[in-house]
Amino acid sequence: MTATVRYVAEDGRALRELPLAREDLVRGYRAMRRARHFDERAVTLQRQGRLGVYPLFRGQEAAQVGASLALEPHDWLVPTYRESAAAITHGLPLETALLYWRSHPAGWSFPEHVRVLPFYVPIATQLPHAVGVAHAGSLRGEGWVVLAFVGDGGTSEGDAHEALNFAAVFSAPVVFLVQNNGWAISVPTERQMRNTVIADRAAGYGMPGVRVDGNDLVAVWDVVRQAVARARAGEGPTLVEAVTYRLAPHTTSDDPGRYRDESAAGERERAEPLARMRALLAGMGAWSDEYEEALLADLRAEFDAAVAAADAAPEPAPESIVEHVYAGMQPDQRRAWEALREG
Amino acid sequence: MRAEAPAAETGVAQLTMVQAINQALDQALAADPRVLVFGEDVGVMGGVFRATDGLQARHGAERVYDTPLAESGIVGYAVGLALAGMRPVAEVQFAGFLYPALDQVLSHVGRYRHRTRGRFTTPLVVRAAYGGGVHTPEQHADSPEALLAHAPGVKVVVPSSPARAKGLLLAAIDDPDPVFFLEAIKLYRSTREDVPAEPYRLELGRARVVREGDALTLVAYGGMVEVCLQAAAVAAREGVELEVVDVETLVPFDEATVLGSVRKTGRAVVVHEAARTAGFGAEIAARIAEGAFFDLLAPVARVTGWDAPYPPFTSVEHHYRPDAARVLAAVREALLA
Repeated sequence: MTATVRYVAEDGRALRELPLAREDLVRGYRAMRRARHFDERAVTLQRQGRLGVYPLFRGQEAAQVGASLALEPHDWLVPTYRESAAAITHGLPLETALLYWRSHPAGWSFPEHVRVLPFYVPIATQLPHAVGVAHAGSLRGEGWVVLAFVGDGGTSEGDAHEALNFAAVFSAPVVFLVQNNGWAISVPTERQMRNTVIADRAAGYGMPGVRVDGNDLVAVWDVVRQAVARARAGEGPTLVEAVTYRLAPHTTSDDPGRYRDESAAGERERAEPLARMRALLAGMGAWSDEYEEALLADLRAEFDAAVAAADAAPEPAPESIVEHVYAGMQPDQRRAWEALREG
Repeated sequence: MRAEAPAAETGVAQLTMVQAINQALDQALAADPRVLVFGEDVGVMGGVFRATDGLQARHGAERVYDTPLAESGIVGYAVGLALAGMRPVAEVQFAGFLYPALDQVLSHVGRYRHRTRGRFTTPLVVRAAYGGGVHTPEQHADSPEALLAHAPGVKVVVPSSPARAKGLLLAAIDDPDPVFFLEAIKLYRSTREDVPAEPYRLELGRARVVREGDALTLVAYGGMVEVCLQAAAVAAREGVELEVVDVETLVPFDEATVLGSVRKTGRAVVVHEAARTAGFGAEIAARIAEGAFFDLLAPVARVTGWDAPYPPFTSVEHHYRPDAARVLAAVREALLA
């Protein structure tokens, strides 16, 4: 069975020499705190009716942020719907993310310079796309690596298998990052698969598989960094399983009390990634309550500005429904466009 | 590894449709370094129908290659290549094997441009052999064009001859939108026609009148065009001139050409080999009813495959796929109305 890579204990003790410089550890914590702030504020907006259904990632910040920090700006990130943390860490503007979760068209057109594919709603269908983007990069000598996300439940899909196999056969520069958060909505991992060590599957594809403590930012960052370096060197894909826990409901519409015992939540909360990282930094003298307050003030201001910008986006016109179906507007879309415009 | 250079691109040659498709792929690969040709058995073997014969030797295994045996993976991988700026041309051996990829088709191929407001596009081509008439094994003779046509954002092209196939395929590869290119198995080697050697492109989204007549309009595409032309030749011997319209591009549909013909003749019979219910003929008939109702002298009729799976029972297979006799029976009824 695959061992789990871990650098930092749940109480914040370093278990061995850390592979990251102090300023990177601080940068990583700040990015996680920024993501957590986004998640908390997004839920508030949703409760106020100012956001649509929103899939929370609370508890998965280390897995998403750590993996994203291992990328260069020209690398691609391929998210599922739960990867808001990964996406904003890799450069997606907060305003765009908010507009996306508000289901505003401006939230779907990610800025040109941001190498993030749009959030994927169908499960695991993004993974063959990730392989294609990766292979295109190696054919053209672009030097980019693709970080593709999927969940434990998503690995049950045929596309997950096909993508892993294609990537291995083509030696494509992809890192598959499986966040094993314990739950596919209501179905626990042990009902999803017989062998719950997803990294074990890598051997079947002829690629390295690494299991990492997904609540340990340092471990995720380092493991993915090595996998990215391997891909960039032309040595092919890696399957990384980040073991984490979905502390929150599946989405703002979900009630986990219907399917899991929430009374044990305290233990899960103790293992959550931000507290661990903050304890590590505090122990090194690299973080304090004052730093935390100053950071939170910055994050609040940043988020407030993003909300204001999102609020200022003009309402889409009804005829926009039939725009961008084809490169040029075809006769059927033209007819519909005119009908919608007339109202 | 490069084999001998392709023949000089001048003049014309009598080619089968599979040769014309091979030539189109060859010229697309030569003209545009972004073009990649891949699928199951397309590399060394040159494809189960030999449509990619010689292409790997000529253009290299980095641009013409085999994939693992997984259709959803093939189409999904093609989406990724297209997102990253390549021009993937995937082969799915038989259109009836496309079903595992329908999730990719419906969820992503036709949706990507729309959901990202044009930020990301998927200019890819999926070629697939479709249709019956040659005693293929079970599930090798399906005609799933209506499934594809029902996915907004994809284009569906069904060529009816070697020369049309070449020009339409080159246009499809250049097209900024995803194109499903269905090739009638029956036509692959059954006829030859003059095909210009130089690369040329035929506009997508244009139907064409392939035989003029005044009594009735036959509307068909792909393998049914030759069946309709046979029926029209028989009718002509009895002094009845049928007009035959080759739809060629199902989506986007050239309504103007079809309606123009029906307004002239006052009668229409729509022909395809896919099953009748919710087949693409229903779409054509509905458009004729919406757009030319007051010019109609008879109800629009459909001659199609029956509402049953394509029969794997080869001795009765020919009763499924429409032939000239069935087309003429429908024509007679429409003319008597």
